[in-house]
Amino acid sequence: MSDETKTGLNSPLRRKLLMGMAAIPALTMLPRTSFADVPATSAVNTTGLAVTDTEVTVGILHSVTGTMAISETGSVQAEKLAIEQINAAGGVLGRKIKFVQEDGASDWPTFAEKAKKLLVNDKCAAVMGCWTSASRKAVLPVFEQYNGMLYYPTFYEGLEQSKNVIYTGQEATQQIIAGLDWVNKTKNAKSFYLLGSDYIWPRTSNKIARKHIENHLTGCKVVGEEYFPLGHTQFNSVINKIKLTKPDVIYAIIVGGSNVAFYKQLKAAGIDLSKQTLLTISVTEDEIDGIGGENIAGAYACMKYFQSLDNPNNKAFVEAFHKMWGPKTVIGDVTQAAYLGPWLWKLTVEKAGSFDVDKIAAASPGVEFKGAPEGYVRIHENHHLWSKTRVGRAKADGQYELVYETADLVEPNPFPKGYQ
Amino acid sequence: MESPRFLSRTDLLGLAVLALLLVVILPLSLDVFRLNLVAKYLTYAFVALGLVLCWGFGGILSLGQGVFFGLGGYCMAMYLKLEASSVENTKIQSTPGIPDFMDWNQITHIPWFWQPFHSLTLTVIAILVVPAVFAFLIGAAMFKRRVGGVYFAIITQAIAAIMTILIIGQQGYTGGINGITDLRTLKGWDIRPDHAKVVLYFVEVAFLFGCILLALFVRHSKLGRILVAMREKEDRVRFSGYSVANFKIFAFCLAAMFAAVGGAMFTLNVGFMSPSFVGIVPSIEMVIYTAVGGRLSIFGAVYGALLVNFAKTSLSESFPQLWLFGLGALFIAVVLIFPNGLAGIWRDYVQPLFAKLLDRRKPGPGHNGGTLGPVADGAPAE
Amino acid sequence: MFGDYSLSDLGAIFAMQGFAGLILFSVYVLMALGLAIIFGQMGVINMAHGEFMILGAYVTWMTSNFFQSYLPSLFAGYFFIAMILAFLASGALGMLVEWALIRHLYKRPLDTLLATWGLSLILQQAYRSIFGAREVGVELPQWMLGSKQVTDTIEIPINGMFVMALTVLITLAVSYVLFWSRWGRQVRAVVQNRVMAGAVGINTEKVDRYTFGLGCGIAGIAGSAFTMIGSTGPTSGQLYIVDTFLVVVFGGAASLFGTIASAFSISQAQSTMEFFMSGSMAKVLTLLAIVAILMVRPQGLFALKVRK
Repeated sequence: MSDETKTGLNSPLRRKLLMGMAAIPALTMLPRTSFADVPATSAVNTTGLAVTDTEVTVGILHSVTGTMAISETGSVQAEKLAIEQINAAGGVLGRKIKFVQEDGASDWPTFAEKAKKLLVNDKCAAVMGCWTSASRKAVLPVFEQYNGMLYYPTFYEGLEQSKNVIYTGQEATQQIIAGLDWVNKTKNAKSFYLLGSDYIWPRTSNKIARKHIENHLTGCKVVGEEYFPLGHTQFNSVINKIKLTKPDVIYAIIVGGSNVAFYKQLKAAGIDLSKQTLLTISVTEDEIDGIGGENIAGAYACMKYFQSLDNPNNKAFVEAFHKMWGPKTVIGDVTQAAYLGPWLWKLTVEKAGSFDVDKIAAASPGVEFKGAPEGYVRIHENHHLWSKTRVGRAKADGQYELVYETADLVEPNPFPKGYQ
Repeated sequence: MESPRFLSRTDLLGLAVLALLLVVILPLSLDVFRLNLVAKYLTYAFVALGLVLCWGFGGILSLGQGVFFGLGGYCMAMYLKLEASSVENTKIQSTPGIPDFMDWNQITHIPWFWQPFHSLTLTVIAILVVPAVFAFLIGAAMFKRRVGGVYFAIITQAIAAIMTILIIGQQGYTGGINGITDLRTLKGWDIRPDHAKVVLYFVEVAFLFGCILLALFVRHSKLGRILVAMREKEDRVRFSGYSVANFKIFAFCLAAMFAAVGGAMFTLNVGFMSPSFVGIVPSIEMVIYTAVGGRLSIFGAVYGALLVNFAKTSLSESFPQLWLFGLGALFIAVVLIFPNGLAGIWRDYVQPLFAKLLDRRKPGPGHNGGTLGPVADGAPAE
Repeated sequence: MFGDYSLSDLGAIFAMQGFAGLILFSVYVLMALGLAIIFGQMGVINMAHGEFMILGAYVTWMTSNFFQSYLPSLFAGYFFIAMILAFLASGALGMLVEWALIRHLYKRPLDTLLATWGLSLILQQAYRSIFGAREVGVELPQWMLGSKQVTDTIEIPINGMFVMALTVLITLAVSYVLFWSRWGRQVRAVVQNRVMAGAVGINTEKVDRYTFGLGCGIAGIAGSAFTMIGSTGPTSGQLYIVDTFLVVVFGGAASLFGTIASAFSISQAQSTMEFFMSGSMAKVLTLLAIVAILMVRPQGLFALKVRK
């Protein structure tokens, strides 16, 4: 399109842009080292992926711009940290990981477009990425068509399983059932008020929660269920309804900016979270940053990871994360799950002895990562992770304090019978 | 009044250059991946084309074109989804044979408004008729009451917002925020492989030329001249005995139909449809494509859609942080400095240059009256 | 749903629900006032209105951080200073924008829409580059948190009362400025007939600039107040823009009183419906009702006769 370049030359805009571009520092180049005992490239890469004798390329696909950038920033940081650590430890099959980062721009076709670029043009051996379900749904056909490997970090609604995806976050039942059982047992909760932002994840999760409450917890009932458009900021009416129905537990799956409004208004309306039990599955340490610790202190969250977990893996992880991204950065559940992606991929490649996607997909079940900050995880046959469910209590300083964890790993069950 | 040929010499030249670009140069120089991207960009050209008619000529700025784009796209997606949800494809569901998202939402029957989309013929009719009827209802209500300009823009924007909330909220029937995904075949023909993408690209280009010809025809017809006259002095046209409202409604409906065709092609090329193409932000972006191309230029609309999207892809690949600055600056520049967009730049700077070089004719660059006045379509060439 | 409750319970709930509607009303008025001036008086469609509000919110956040670090003893009162700073910052940015952008476009109102949309994109990315993509939490002094116990069952949020008081104050101030001050008369003269106003010696350029600045400044105050109830992030401003425009248009663009009346009716309708159905449906029905009414009565609730 030379004509457009021609017209562009006249425009002051173009000049401004060029000046701006020049100011962008070059991306950090990763050091290259060669190893004597690395397996031959032709042996470990039979499908034409971007693997050389010294390097292997993976993709990072998250939103750096747009509304989802708020959430996805942490995932990008965690994935970069994992890649750097893997490289420092000698890489994968003797090859350094080089990453290509693309911006999904919070726009689903852009995600599909960039996924295709990463697979077709860059021939990435694996892609760490996506956050929302909508973006995953958009890229899924691309990964299946071009046979790529996606490591998806977010807890999500389940109802999906693909050869080409490893789900490093929890599917809905892993996050919901143990938490409800716990609140039923320890808080003697009988009545639940379900709230959510109006889209698929909260609706599916609340559906599972409702089925569990009504069918599996004796004497328990749901006294209300409400959804709000994404970005909704006025919750006074529903708060009044909660006051009217006086539920034992408020079960809240509100996301994004609405969260901030919800908790601030809850507090302002005089609902004291140290007396009123509130259980959420959508507020990680990242969200508390925006809500303000003092507004949510006392609420319970059901996750698989909290930054405050007291184990050696996590201490090392938090320290490395803070060293790389600054001591004030908080680490939420999804950030940790994103950190698992590159590691699980590396372990699987080493188990399979190959970068080939088919071999990795086949070798994934059973791969265990003992260095996971959350403790220990293992990949299930259905490509989700076995992991523990934990309940934490929010403190005013923005951290969670662990109050409960399941004794065993919880089996992932993306198509739960009796909950659909 | 009677123009025997609705295509002037410049129009023919413009068509030829555009055909050369879209049919020969781009397919030969780009791989299938990039060509598919171009196909996606071109779906917005349909919307931009419609906006040239109703905004550029008619002076009606709609900030709700995403609604029509979405209606067309959803109609197409519903048809494809029903075809993809055959009993054997969906046998793991509790109710096989219905779209997966319905199954997740405990819907056991395909709802009545999905039924027509079993038939491709009815789907094609729906793609054209549903948006037109919707546009007619909005247009009739507003233009008959002489609502125009800013008010119309804001009300259409509110409609876009309502539409998004509705689609997201009724996820059992619409697929919610994820949209309708995982579309596979059209009458048994797989739309996903590379060769299908190439075929779809050429089909789309053919439709685009159809729409361009229609737009050119409208512009050169009496209708087009009345539209321009209305934009300039609505009262005078009204006093001359024309029904201003009816002309506006017609232009708005035509623009809606163009957008819907674009939406349907989008679904085919991209492989899914979601509410994020219906809302406020995409609708405004569609307006900017038109503005960049030149709001009065039919060909400019195509180039505008191509250029802005091309810039979006390449800038966000290399400098994701800069992209929004660039897009924002583009909006401002196109309003402040180049109100006639690419077409204006072509006419004011490039054409005189060519003329001087070829020493054929020498019109001064400054003979047009700003944004107003009839403007010949500039056809940017290679 | 009311079967199990005693009369006093119900009374308390309705009282609180009425109050929730009033809070929503104040929020809408605060959002819309600035725009009512800019759009209603000047005819400029400022799509960056939400971003001016968020600028106010960020200023509040920075002030809060400053007081926490350097003047912890005065933290209880920082919010008032933050609001003044927010007004000044947004107002100054508004005047700059008017000078650089808007003044070239007074004859092309639809083009102001595009240009200010571009401006809003630039501002969003600027916030993201400066403050980071994550939302920031604005810490409030202790006295602004919690609620006031009126009776045993009726509790009223303090920040809600604060927003209401602020709204009344600002509405009064704006009405005074526009309708009683000398400068307000100049503004209205310019709105009615720019050429004549210029001819009788009013500096129309200056009037335009200060009017636009005032509108943006009020947006800044609104943004500052909303840190108490909503989120502060680079794209938070977009959440407000449709509602804001609808309030202004529904009320009848040129009428300040109309804006207030429309904010009242929309907020009451929405909060009542929210009580009886899901928030999503309430929102859709409210918007639909507004659009339907606007189609029947395009000039809005209260307007001078406008035909365009």
